[in-house]
Amino acid sequence: MTQVLDKPPVRPVPVAEQIRTARRRTLLEWIAVHSLGVAAALFFTLPFVFVVLTSLMSDQQALTRDLVPDTWVWDNYRRVLDTPGFLTWWRNTLLYAGLGTVLTVVSSIPVAYALAKFRFRGRNLSMMLVIAMMMLPPQVVIIPMYLFWAKQLDLSGTLWPLIIPMAFGDAFSIFLLRQFLLTIPNEYLDAARVDGCGEVRTLLRVVLPMAKPGIAAVALFQFFYAWNDYFGPQIYASENPGAWTLSYGLESFKGAHHTDWNLTMAATVLVMAPVILVFFFAQKAFVEGVTLTGVKG
Amino acid sequence: MSTLAVRRRRSALRTLAFLSPWLIGFAVFFAYPLISTVYFSLMKYDGFNTPEFRGLDNWTYVFSDYPMFWPALRNTLWLVLVMVTCRVVFGLGVGLLVTRIKRGAGVFRTLFYLPYLAPPVAATLAFVFLLNPGTGPVNSVLDSVGLPTPGWFTDAAWSKPALTALAVWGVGDLMVIFMAALLDVPKEQYEAAELDGASAWQRFRYVTLPNISPIVLFAVVTGVIQTMQYYTQPLVAGKVASGVIGGSGQQFEPGYPDKSTLTLPQLVYNLGFQRFDYGAACVVALVLFALAMAFTALLMRRRGGLLGAGD
Repeated sequence: MTQVLDKPPVRPVPVAEQIRTARRRTLLEWIAVHSLGVAAALFFTLPFVFVVLTSLMSDQQALTRDLVPDTWVWDNYRRVLDTPGFLTWWRNTLLYAGLGTVLTVVSSIPVAYALAKFRFRGRNLSMMLVIAMMMLPPQVVIIPMYLFWAKQLDLSGTLWPLIIPMAFGDAFSIFLLRQFLLTIPNEYLDAARVDGCGEVRTLLRVVLPMAKPGIAAVALFQFFYAWNDYFGPQIYASENPGAWTLSYGLESFKGAHHTDWNLTMAATVLVMAPVILVFFFAQKAFVEGVTLTGVKG
Repeated sequence: MSTLAVRRRRSALRTLAFLSPWLIGFAVFFAYPLISTVYFSLMKYDGFNTPEFRGLDNWTYVFSDYPMFWPALRNTLWLVLVMVTCRVVFGLGVGLLVTRIKRGAGVFRTLFYLPYLAPPVAATLAFVFLLNPGTGPVNSVLDSVGLPTPGWFTDAAWSKPALTALAVWGVGDLMVIFMAALLDVPKEQYEAAELDGASAWQRFRYVTLPNISPIVLFAVVTGVIQTMQYYTQPLVAGKVASGVIGGSGQQFEPGYPDKSTLTLPQLVYNLGFQRFDYGAACVVALVLFALAMAFTALLMRRRGGLLGAGD
C-alpha cells in the first residue's frame, strides 16, 4: 500500500472530474448488476410460469404451441384431485414425511449431542462413519435391505421399510445437528451440571431450547427428503398403488394422461406447491441449515 | 473398585446409551448390508433359488458382457466434467450477483433459490414438458427466433445437456453456500486491491478466489459425490420422454435415448429389480461404493472442517 502512495500520480486529475467518473462507474455497475439480476430471475422463474400457464389450458390448447391459455381452466386442478389415488398418495406422503421426520429428530438428537459434547474414545472414528453413511448412495445396500424387508419381514408393498429405519438416527441429521451443537458454548452445559443436572436433564432443559434453529433445519430437510424421495417408494411400494407417494405417483400420472400436458402440469404444481409454501414459512431456518452443512467448522 | 473406575464406567455407559439409536442403525442398515453385498457379489442369486457360489463370474459379466456398464461410467464422467463444472461456475456467478444487488436483494435471492426446492420428479416432468420437441415452450421460442430446435430428452446427443440445464436451474444450494463465503472475504483486502488499481477481474482473481477456494473445492467434491448418486432425474426423464411409463406394469429399460442417460445407480435397479440378477447388481453396488467413498475420503482429508473443531 505504501508503495502506491509513494508513487507520484502520472497526471493530476481534477477532483470534480474524478468524482464524476466514479459516479458514472457506480451507476453503470448498478445498471449492469441489476439487468443481469433480472435476466437470471427470468431463467429461474420462467419454467414455473410456463408450467402454471400450461396447467390452466384447455385439453385442446395444451396440444398446441401456445404459451398463454385462451380461457383459464381452473377445473383442471379439480380433475387432478378427483383422479383415483391422488388423495391416497397425498396421505401416504404426509405419513412418510411426517412420521419419518419426528422419528429422525427424536433419534438423532441424543447421538448428535454425544458426538458434539462428550469426550470418549472412538469419537472421531464414529464421526467419520457418520459421514461415510451420509455419503453412501442408497443403491449400494439396496439388495440386502430389500431382501431383509421383503423376504424376511414381508413388508414390501408398504412404506414401513422407509419409515422404520428413521427411528435409528439419520446420518445427515446427526451430522447437521452436531455441527449446530458445537456452536453452543460448553459453559452453559457446565453451569447446568454444577447445578446438579444429569446429562439427560442438561440436554432437555438447556441444550434443546438453544438448539431450536438447528432442530428446525433438520426437521425441514428430512421432511423435504421424504417428500422428494423417489427411489425408496419405487423399490418398496411400486407393487401396491395404495402405498404410493406423490413423487412416485406423479410419474405414473403422466403415463395415464399421456398427451394431457395440462393435467400433468397441474399435478406437478400440486406436488411442488406444499414444499414451496413450507419454505416461505420457514425460510430462515432452511437457509441457515444449508449454510451449516457447507461452510461452518 | 475405585470411585474413579466407577465413574469411568458410568460415563462409558452413558455415552453408549446416547449413541445407541445410531449404533443399531449403523449395524443393521450399513455394516450388515455392506458385508452382505460383498457376499452376494460372489453368488448367483435371483431371489428365489438358493444362492450358488460362482467366484468372480458376476464381476467378469459386469465388466465385459453387461452392455450398460461402460456407457453408464462414460455418462458419469461426462456429467462430472460438464454438469458439476456448470453448476459450480453458475452457482458462484449467481452468488456474486446476489451479493452485489442492492435493490430487492431479498426478492432476487428467494427467486434464485426456489427451483432448488422443486421435488426432483416434479422438476424433471416440468423440464421434459418445457423441452419437448413438438410443443414445448423452449423450442417454440427458439423456432420463432430462427434458432435450431434440438430434440433434447429424445435425442442421445442432447439428453445430457438437457439434464445439465435442469441441474443448473436448481443451483440454489450452491448459491447460498457461495454467498456466505463471499460475505466472509475481508473488506480490507478489496480496498487494498482497489488502491493498487486492480481491475474488477484482478480483484476477483487475486482476492475473491483465493479466499473462497476451500468452498469451491467443497462444492466440486460434493458435486462429484452427488453425480455418483444421480438417479431420479435421468431415470424419470428417460421414462417420461420415451413414453414408456406405468408405475407398476410395463418394463422400462433405463437409459433412453440410446443409453445416454444411464448412471451407475440405475444399473443396480436394472440388474436387481428388472433382471433379478442380484449378484451382478451387487457388483455394480460395490463399484458405486468404492467411488463414493474415495471422494468422501478426499473431502475429509482436504477439509478437516467437516469433522469440526471438536477438541
